[in-house]
Amino acid sequence: MRLTTLMATTAAAVLFAASASAQTVGVTDDTIKIGNTSPYSGPASSYGVIGKTHQAYWKAINEAGGLKMGDGKTRKVEIISLDDGYSPPKTVEQVRKLVEQEGVAMTFNTLGTPTNSAIHRYMNAKKVPHLFLATGASKWGHPDKFPWTMGFQPTYDVEGAIYAAYALKNVENPKIAILFQNDDYGKDYRDGFLKALGDKADKLVVKMLPYEVTDPTVDAQVLEMAASGANVFFNVTIPKFAAQAIKKACEIDWKPLHLLNNVSSSVGATLKPAGLECSKSQGLITAQWLKDPTDPQWADTDGFKEWSAWMDKNMPDGDRGDVNYAFGYNASTLLKHVLENCADFSRPGIMACAANIKDFELPMTLPGIKVNTSPTDFYPVQAEQLSKFNGEKWVLFGEIIDASSH
Amino acid sequence: MTRPNRITPALLIGFLAAVGFAVILPHLVSNFTTYQLTLAMSWGVAMLGLNVLTGYNGQFSIGHSAFFAAGAYGAAIMIEHAGWGPYEAIAAAAGFSFIFGFLFGLPALRLEGLYLALATFGLAVATPQLLKFDAFEDWTGGVQGIFVPKPAPLLEGLSADQSLYYVALAIMVFLMVITWCILHSRSGRAMMAIRDNPIAARTMGINLPLVKTTTFGISAMFAGIGGALFTYSSEFVSPDAFNFFIAVYILVGSVIGGIVSIPGAIFGGLFVVFMPHVAEDVSNIYTFIPPPWAVFGVFLILVIYFVPFGIWGGIERLAAWTKRKMAG
Repeated sequence: MRLTTLMATTAAAVLFAASASAQTVGVTDDTIKIGNTSPYSGPASSYGVIGKTHQAYWKAINEAGGLKMGDGKTRKVEIISLDDGYSPPKTVEQVRKLVEQEGVAMTFNTLGTPTNSAIHRYMNAKKVPHLFLATGASKWGHPDKFPWTMGFQPTYDVEGAIYAAYALKNVENPKIAILFQNDDYGKDYRDGFLKALGDKADKLVVKMLPYEVTDPTVDAQVLEMAASGANVFFNVTIPKFAAQAIKKACEIDWKPLHLLNNVSSSVGATLKPAGLECSKSQGLITAQWLKDPTDPQWADTDGFKEWSAWMDKNMPDGDRGDVNYAFGYNASTLLKHVLENCADFSRPGIMACAANIKDFELPMTLPGIKVNTSPTDFYPVQAEQLSKFNGEKWVLFGEIIDASSH
Repeated sequence: MTRPNRITPALLIGFLAAVGFAVILPHLVSNFTTYQLTLAMSWGVAMLGLNVLTGYNGQFSIGHSAFFAAGAYGAAIMIEHAGWGPYEAIAAAAGFSFIFGFLFGLPALRLEGLYLALATFGLAVATPQLLKFDAFEDWTGGVQGIFVPKPAPLLEGLSADQSLYYVALAIMVFLMVITWCILHSRSGRAMMAIRDNPIAARTMGINLPLVKTTTFGISAMFAGIGGALFTYSSEFVSPDAFNFFIAVYILVGSVIGGIVSIPGAIFGGLFVVFMPHVAEDVSNIYTFIPPPWAVFGVFLILVIYFVPFGIWGGIERLAAWTKRKMAG
């Protein structure tokens, strides 16, 4: 018995020594390099603030001396964030630059569904952690096939199902129109929604129109949907188009049950450009998992105070109404949590740490929503709550809907 | 420079030296840079096609992204659905885009100058949508795109990136030589005659429709081959990758490199691949420097202002000037 213990200890010590001596690319005793791609230009550039938030977050930590990590060493975190313009081949080029030229230990919160699709295989072939993707597609949580890729936010299909259930319950004789972005993101939402409608989907959906991310406007689609006599409008668009759709629906006085996907729920980025009065008269409903920064009910919570103080200090010019700052702050906080609790900074070690988060609450998620991951659960956040826009802010109603069973 | 260069000893030596340098280059730089150079060559091949069409035949196209996409998808589909090898698939991509270009050239023939440009623009705008179209989804993979594994190295000791680089280099050199031969043949002279004066060309007995559509087909074929190479380096095709910007990139690269030249395509390819990175680095030096795209725009304006004939045009003028100085 004692011999086996001794042998096991020796083996562990040898392994430890080996892993300590075999330096992970991008990790030294005083720095860790982490890569990110964000759309600082192009059609999705309103999401660029997420990448900017990450840069500001880690700059502040580095200026304070760095982060004490789970292996006892204090390191600076060098975030290298490159512009991919939301173009998949550009993402491939930038991520290869990060991995092969800059030598990052991992990538973090790379943004976009088509863009992450383009690097999905590459990251897994290279065995580089591809963590906390800023996209809600459902395909990022398959550790059996893609053990190096992990999502972050609640997935779109789950959110779609929440809306479908709400529409079925609250609208008599629903006639549904769906406007969706013609890509993985849009189709995930659409398919989750249709699946939850069940067999009746064909009858209930009277109009289903796609748009392209390169289109100038979606005005024509809105007119067509209004003309179809629909009384439920499932709006699956990114902020620029969401604002156009809300504005147009308002102009022509079309008043369906307007279900706005969470992707565009930002008051600053979507509802202000669409017009707050307009957004109110549309009675917008969305599902949320983030604390809306413009909502006074959060002002006294610890998480909000922490974020708010941080914004004052580090991003004083940032638009407080834009929920993307809160999104970025959450993601960086989760990364910080993982680094603080990680003892093994080999690449498999980093993945293991990311897959071992227990009941961690992020500062800017709704109270009661917790981050959980395991070696078989690569979906960190999975709960949401419905809310309605009252002209100023989103007002939550109903229970927190936890979809982790899906 | 309205005519392709004659072979002079200096040109031949320069050409061989350039090829020799290109052959050893992947062993001097990282795999990542090799991959970027391969991307530059894939763009370059497409730009060579545009140079033939616009520079030597006088037909405008701002829709070469469509043929680029046709080649990219042609190759990807042959690999994914027909189980072809990557190199046979390049041939398929070439054939496919030639036919596509030739057929598009037939009606487009009746259009001149701006109107042809507009028609090709329509093609460029329609391409991403067509690729997403539900009816083709079984083939194109719709919005999900298709994964294309990088071809295995041809020789032991080479990395996949290096191997692909040599394939691209061989194709690029081959196509440049072919282009040179075409332009020095009867057909090439016919192309240029049509550009310079279509009426005179017709009176001389040149079959205008045939020459123009064939030129369009060849140009599209080059773009398609470039697209296939681009796909192999990116290992992924998706509709959003072939938006109108790609057509603009090809045109910008052609003009920057020197649209009435053969070697200009090399410089054009290098420009569109490396200049955005340079712009990114420059804009990161000081906070008062505007974002990368503004820097890129300024570069573009400067190049056009100082070397309006493109980089190769500038080199040729410099060479001629040096020669005059030495003689005088």
